[in-house]
Order: sequence, then C-alpha cells, then structure tokens
Amino acid sequence: MAMANVGRPTQPDLEISDSAAQGAIAGGRGLLQDELLLFEVGGADRTGVDLEDAALDASDLAGLTRTAPIGLPGLSEPEAVRHYVRLSQKNHAIDLALYPLGSCTMKHNPRLNEKAARMAGFADIHPLQPVSTVQGALQLMDQLAHWLKTLTGMPAVALSPKAGAHGELCGLLAIRAAHEAKGDAARRRVLTPTSAHGTNPATAAFVGYEVTEIAQTADGRVDLADLAAKLGPDVAAIMVTNPNTCGLFERDIIEIARLTHEAGAYFYCDGANFNAIVGRVRPGDLGVDAMHINLHKTFSTPHGGGGPGAGPVVLSQALAPFAPAPWIVHSASGLELKEEDRGFGRMCAFHGQMGMFVRAYAYMLSHGADGLRQAAEDAVLNANYIKARLSDVMTAAFPDGPCMHEALFDDRWLEGTGVTTLDFAKAMIDEGFHPMTMYFPLVVHGAMLIEPTETESRRELDRFCEVIRVLAAAAKGGEAKRFKAAPQMAPLRRLDETLAARKPRLTWRESGATVS
Amino acid sequence: MRYLPLSDLDRAEMLGVIGAGSIDDLFVDVPAAARKAELFDLPGHAGEMAVERALARLAGMNRPAGAGPFFCGAGAYRHHVPATVDHLIQRSEFLTSYTPYQPEIAQGTLQVLFEFQTQVAALTGLEVANASMYDGSTATAEAVMMAKRVTRRNRAVLSGGLHPHYGAVTQTIAHAEGMQIVRQAAAIDAEAAVIAAIDAQTACVVVQSPNVFGVVTDLAPIAEAAHAAGALMVVVTTEAVSYGLLKSPGEMGADIAVAEGQSIGNALNYGGPYVGLFAAREKHVRQMPGRLCGETVDADGRRGFVLTLSTREQHIRREKATSNICTNSGLCALAFSIHMSLLGEAGLRKLAALNHSRARELAGALAKVAGVEVLTPRFFNEIAVRLPGDAAGLVEALLADGIVAGVPFSRLDPGAGLDDVLLLAATETTTSEDIAALTAALSRRIG
Repeated sequence: MAMANVGRPTQPDLEISDSAAQGAIAGGRGLLQDELLLFEVGGADRTGVDLEDAALDASDLAGLTRTAPIGLPGLSEPEAVRHYVRLSQKNHAIDLALYPLGSCTMKHNPRLNEKAARMAGFADIHPLQPVSTVQGALQLMDQLAHWLKTLTGMPAVALSPKAGAHGELCGLLAIRAAHEAKGDAARRRVLTPTSAHGTNPATAAFVGYEVTEIAQTADGRVDLADLAAKLGPDVAAIMVTNPNTCGLFERDIIEIARLTHEAGAYFYCDGANFNAIVGRVRPGDLGVDAMHINLHKTFSTPHGGGGPGAGPVVLSQALAPFAPAPWIVHSASGLELKEEDRGFGRMCAFHGQMGMFVRAYAYMLSHGADGLRQAAEDAVLNANYIKARLSDVMTAAFPDGPCMHEALFDDRWLEGTGVTTLDFAKAMIDEGFHPMTMYFPLVVHGAMLIEPTETESRRELDRFCEVIRVLAAAAKGGEAKRFKAAPQMAPLRRLDETLAARKPRLTWRESGATVS
Repeated sequence: MRYLPLSDLDRAEMLGVIGAGSIDDLFVDVPAAARKAELFDLPGHAGEMAVERALARLAGMNRPAGAGPFFCGAGAYRHHVPATVDHLIQRSEFLTSYTPYQPEIAQGTLQVLFEFQTQVAALTGLEVANASMYDGSTATAEAVMMAKRVTRRNRAVLSGGLHPHYGAVTQTIAHAEGMQIVRQAAAIDAEAAVIAAIDAQTACVVVQSPNVFGVVTDLAPIAEAAHAAGALMVVVTTEAVSYGLLKSPGEMGADIAVAEGQSIGNALNYGGPYVGLFAAREKHVRQMPGRLCGETVDADGRRGFVLTLSTREQHIRREKATSNICTNSGLCALAFSIHMSLLGEAGLRKLAALNHSRARELAGALAKVAGVEVLTPRFFNEIAVRLPGDAAGLVEALLADGIVAGVPFSRLDPGAGLDDVLLLAATETTTSEDIAALTAALSRRIG
C-alpha cells in the first residue's frame, strides 16, 4: 500500500513550512481558523441567552450580594458556535483517525448510546426524587450490575465510583475495612509491580499504605519468587493489572492469587485492560477480590477530552459486605435504593455516573454475550497484527509469544539515530495519527505502547503500519532533523512545557500580566 | 456486528500474517482452568432498533423533572440548558478525544480548559482554578486534604449546614488519609458555629453558602477566625448559579472554594456525571489536586496551552502525588464553559436574579399555607420548610397530585431528627402555575 500523501506532504519542506508557520494574514490556514481566547472575542455586553426580566428584590440579602463586576465575557449564539467549532478543529479524535494510545482504549463511541443517555427519562431525573418515580433508572442500574457480575464472575459490584482511580480507592477502602473488621490493623503495605499505572501507588498511599514494588521477570510478568518473598503478615493487598501494562497476560495469575490469600492479603486487580479478555476470562475465576472496570474503556463511553469516566468495582464474597453506600435492593414494591452506611462510607454525593451507565448498558445490549467476546478477540487480533507487521522495523519489548490488546515496543531500534521516542511520536502527528503511549510502562526503555482496539478496520491498520514503516526507515536513514522539527503540520509546533511550569499562567489576565 | 469492521476473511488472513492457527493461539497465556469456551449466560447481540426500544421502555418508567411541578434541589438543580451547548459538546473532536497529552493536536480541549479555569477563578473570586473534579462532593474532600498539606495540620471542622452527603464523602476519603473529621450536627442557620470548634490542630473549616437548607451566610467573620488560628476556610457551593447574585467565596476570605457545577450546562442525569469546581489562592497552587492547564508558547513563539505542574500528579509522582486523580470531568466542564460563555456576565446576573425572584415567590406562597413554616431566613433559590408531619410521607402523597414537592431532609440525614423538614428549590424553570399547584395541593393534604 502506498504512503498516504494526498493533501499533505509526508516529508515537509522545512523552509516552506517555517514561513507557513508564521501564519496567514489573519491567522487562518485553509480550513483551519485561528481563534482567540473567549476573553478576547467576547464582551460584557453580549449574551447568547434570552431570559425574561425579573425585578430583582434582594432586600433580604443586604450585604450579601455581589457589588464588583465578575469579569465574565459573553458571546451571542453564532459567535459561540464559531468559537467552539473552531477550537474543536484543533483536536485529534477517534472519529477522525486511529488513536493508538496504549492503556487508554480509544475505540469507537456508538451514537445510539448518546441518544439513549439523552432520553428525558434518564437525563431529566433528579438523584433525590422519590424512588417510586425512578424505577426504570434503578432497573437499568440493576441490569448493568448483573452484566458486570456475570462478565467478571464476581458476586457484588459497587457502581458509584466516578472513574478508574476512584474505583481503586473504593476497592482499597473495602480491603482496609475488611482487615479492620478482622481486627487486623498491622497490615501496612501494598505490593505492586513497577509496571503499574501511577494511580495504583498513588491510591495505596492515599489510603495510608506503604508501597513496595514487586520485581518483574525477563518476559514481562510478576516475579513469583520476589512476590512470595515480599508477602507477609504486614501486607494488606497486592495491586496487579491483568492483562498487565506490557500488554501481556499474567500466566501465573492463579498462583499469584493463591500466594496472596495464603498470606492473608487481598488481590486488587486493576481492570483497565479488561477489554482484552471480556467474554473469554472471568476475573473471579482467577482469584481476584476487587477490580474496577473503566466503563469508558471496555464499554466505550466517550472519553470527552479527559472525562467523565466511570469506575464500578466488582467485589468478591469476602469484600462484598464492605461495599459503600448506596446500593439497590429488591422489595415487594419494586427496587429500593439503600443509602445508609453499612461499609466504609460513601464515594460521592449521589449514585455514580448514571449517564455513563446508560451508555455502557446500551453498548452491552448491542454487542450481547457473543459480540463482547468477539470485540475482545478482535482487539487482541488487531494488536498482534500490528506487532507482527512492525517487529522487523521496531524492537518489540517482549517478542516471544502473543500480546493481548496492546503491543509494546522499546527504543533499541532508534539507537544511534539521534531520534527519540518523543521525536518519533511527534512525527506521527504530521502523518495524521495520534501517537501511541510514550514512556509508559516504566519498565521498558523509551516505551511505545500501541493499542489499536477492535474498532479499526484492516485497511486503517495497514495504513498505520505503512506510515510507521516509512517513518522508521527515515529515522534510520539519518533524517533526525526532520523528526526534531516535528510536528510541522499540526495547529501548533512543539510547546514549551518547561516555561509553562516555571512561570505558571493558569488564567487569562488582561494585558497578559503573569500571576506573581 | 455493526461496531466491528473485521470480516471473517480479514480475521483469517491476519491470523496468517501473525502466524497463528486460530484466535485461541493468541490466548495461550490464559491458564487452562480459566478459559471459557462457552458464551456467558447473557442475551446475544441486538440491532439498534431493539436496543433503543429496550432503553426507551426503562426511560419511560421514570418521571422526568419536566413532566410537571418539580421542586427538588439539595445539590442538583433543574435549569434550562441552551440547545447550542449539547450540540457543541457532541462535536466529534470534543466527544471522542482523550486527555490532552499531545498538546500540538489537542489545543481545542486545552484552550477550553484554560478558559474554564479563568471562568471558575472569576466566579469564585480566587486566583487559580483547576480543570475540574468529579463532582462537588469529591472536590470538597480534596479541598480538606489540600488544607492538610498546606497547614500540615490534621483536623477539619465541617459545618452543620454542609450537605450531609458531602460530609459523608469527606469523612470517608479524608479519614482514609488519617485526618480527624469533626462533623457538626445538622443546623439550619449556624455556619458560624464552626468558629468555636477551631483549635491549634485545625487545618480548615468547611462551610457552605447557600447551605443545604438554602441559607446564605456572610462568611467573612468565619474566615477571620480561621485565619487568626492558622487554619484555612473552605467554602462549598452546590448551586453555581448563585455566583451571579451573591458575594464570591474569595471576597469573603475563602482560601479554597469548591462547588458543584452541574447547574450550568449539565442535565440532572440522576446524579452524574457532574463537574466539580475547585479554586484556590495562587500561593497554594502547587498543593492543588487535579489537572491544571497553563499558557506557554510553541517553537515558533505562538501562544498555546499545555497540561502543567504535572509533577503534582500520580503519573509522575506515583505514591507521592497530591491526589490519585487521573481524569477530570472534561466534557461536563466543556458544557459548563459553553453555557457560561452564552450567558456572559449580564446573562448570569439575570439568571441569578430570576432564580431568586422565583424562590421569593415560592417562599411567599408557602408562608401563606396554614401549617407550613418557612425556616430559611436568607436564601438564594432554595428554602427549607417545616411541615406538620413527616415530610417524606407528604412528598409521596403529593405524587398523586402530579407534584414532586422537594427533598425530605430525612433522605439526606435520617438521624438528624428533622423528619418534618422539606427542602424546596425554585429555578427559572419554575412557573407561577407550578407554585400555585403546589400550595393548593399542600393546603388540601395538610388541611
């Protein structure tokens, strides 16, 4: 297949693009419009909302009302539409092209799910209206719970955590409560592999545990001997991601669970990569005690530029009694919502991310048991296809055996080229692709973690592989300068992150004054 | 399957390229005992029409707020959201993008976050704001832990006017971190009672205005007392529209302001997703939780935006991070920011005035109902009333009249001994007819 080269040079002419980068007369470039900040285009005298006039009588609020201007600009409706549409066009999106961020699972977001979440019976109901008026909502939550429990082989689920990290917190709080209930307060440590997501050690520390790292074997898995040596009466839990962040299934997972339980600790599984095994493997059969499920990954609720997520936590029989409020019970009069605290407390004000529950449930119904399994298989197939097609030009971190839903490469193949993982990633931007996850997991030098997901066609995968192959040849062919200068085709070139951190400017100030 | 592009031929050919005999070969690392050959006991795949029908059936079993007179508030509010907001947040590039880790191709999201932070800082009267939290309640818990880091003290005092669920979340999360959380008993108009509980170990007081009973309080004296004792004042707001009428937390001396931002741009959604607002003094910025977006320049000197001060965050600092938070509430923050831009200063003030005027009409009408006592002396758009009997029972009875009368306080705090207290909110969506229907039904039921 030929290199994609229609409409954009694959090898930018530095001289030309340098001048192009200065911008056109008014900042526009073809279809891409420049857009100033809201505070520079809006005005205090403008509004895009027509409200009826209310005679303000605030006599009962004497001394409590605002006197000074707030400093908020307004936009008319057409100006607002232009402002946000122009800004939107400066973003990459899964709807536009492959978004191979490993560990992030950028897959297609079905629009039926958006439509369902906006039905008045879901979007326009209040978290505290009488439960007799929200029986459909409770039924949906109950059904979602049933699917999650069936797919994981776990007996209980707490729906309220609002994101994956919030779910980790929920799981560890349940584990701590379970230890406390047994009068076992001596367990102060949590074990986690070096390859873990940053949220794992952060969450453990948050709950007051000390974090000890578990060594990794040469083939990218938990080192059983090291785990056995570190387990003891002071260990509260292990936190292991499976499939792990190297994209590999932990072959010894059942033994890991057995050793953990033997030491009196609980097994927290980071479920970020559940999408690789859903329908084929039940975490409950592996000995897991608690696992969060990122509905925004496995069940495709949209990432929205960084949230909102949703992170329900499935719990084993041992931890189920320690689930947080609220929970649903079946009674003669229908479903009831129990709000009293029976576990360690409450994770958030209401019942969790209902809007995400609706989307995830619509996704589950659409796929069904067969489709979910097929989705996991296709995700794994696509990742292995990329690994197979690129292993001769890049260095796979763990070449032996299959990967799961993501393929991990290191930067040995860039040695001596003067091109870094970062440079290579930035060059991918010029080819219309979002870069892969860079420099994570930490156990591999210059890591490049590629997760294509099941919603990529073979044609798109081939296009991606072809681009990587040509770029790899360029990197090895002594074209380092081009990589250092990338990206050239993006709305902006490389940004100075050091400057941003040294002199933080976190809000717009008139005349550009810097916060002291 | 309409969401899966691979054909069986693709699959077979790709397995060939990989050198695998079947898909099972790619799952060889799964222990044999855990391999599931059969499908799980769940329904099979379904077409779009069937799924839509199933969900519409469930949605139809719920009573939307817009179906008739509706007075629930207590942390979530029904407001009119302009159609433009929902259209714009469904732009592919906003809806289906990830956290802006590659700033060159995420300037849309980043500029929006920068504008959002500026709007939140202006509304709260503080210098810096983050790119949002999960919701108001988790933002409150994070504020308490930030106060611990700033003051190196271990105790927080929560007022009796703080939303009980916010208190419970803060207790759960901050207690996990080893903090001592003092929750004062539910009290309608006693935010200042926190002053007496401040001691040398107090990191912060947490007060709410308007509080859960709707009461608006001048918090300046509380700030003075807290600061005199070396403690911070955290101000909580659950109704962001109130910023358009009331003195800002910053103006009253708040060190940290947190809020539930749902009212602006976001639907009720049965409790989530919502958007937590978080603002603070600039001198404490390095102790803030959550994502921050900052201004910088690109290689050609052009203005651009990046996520910054990430050395506070879990992906860099791991167990030493200020918080374990990994996401923000991006799309909800976008909705907030678009709605706020459409309102502008003039629109927000007008909206706030309209809300207050509706609530005055509601309070005035309820005061005339025999047996109903309005308990909230100074309010924005929400009031508490005392009824002659159990509020939950009366709310249930009024459903038969087609009215959702509000939130019984016992739903939030069953042990407070305030079973006869009902919380009611009025917004720009509340009509005079709604209020008349409520008071007429109440008169019938009570009389």
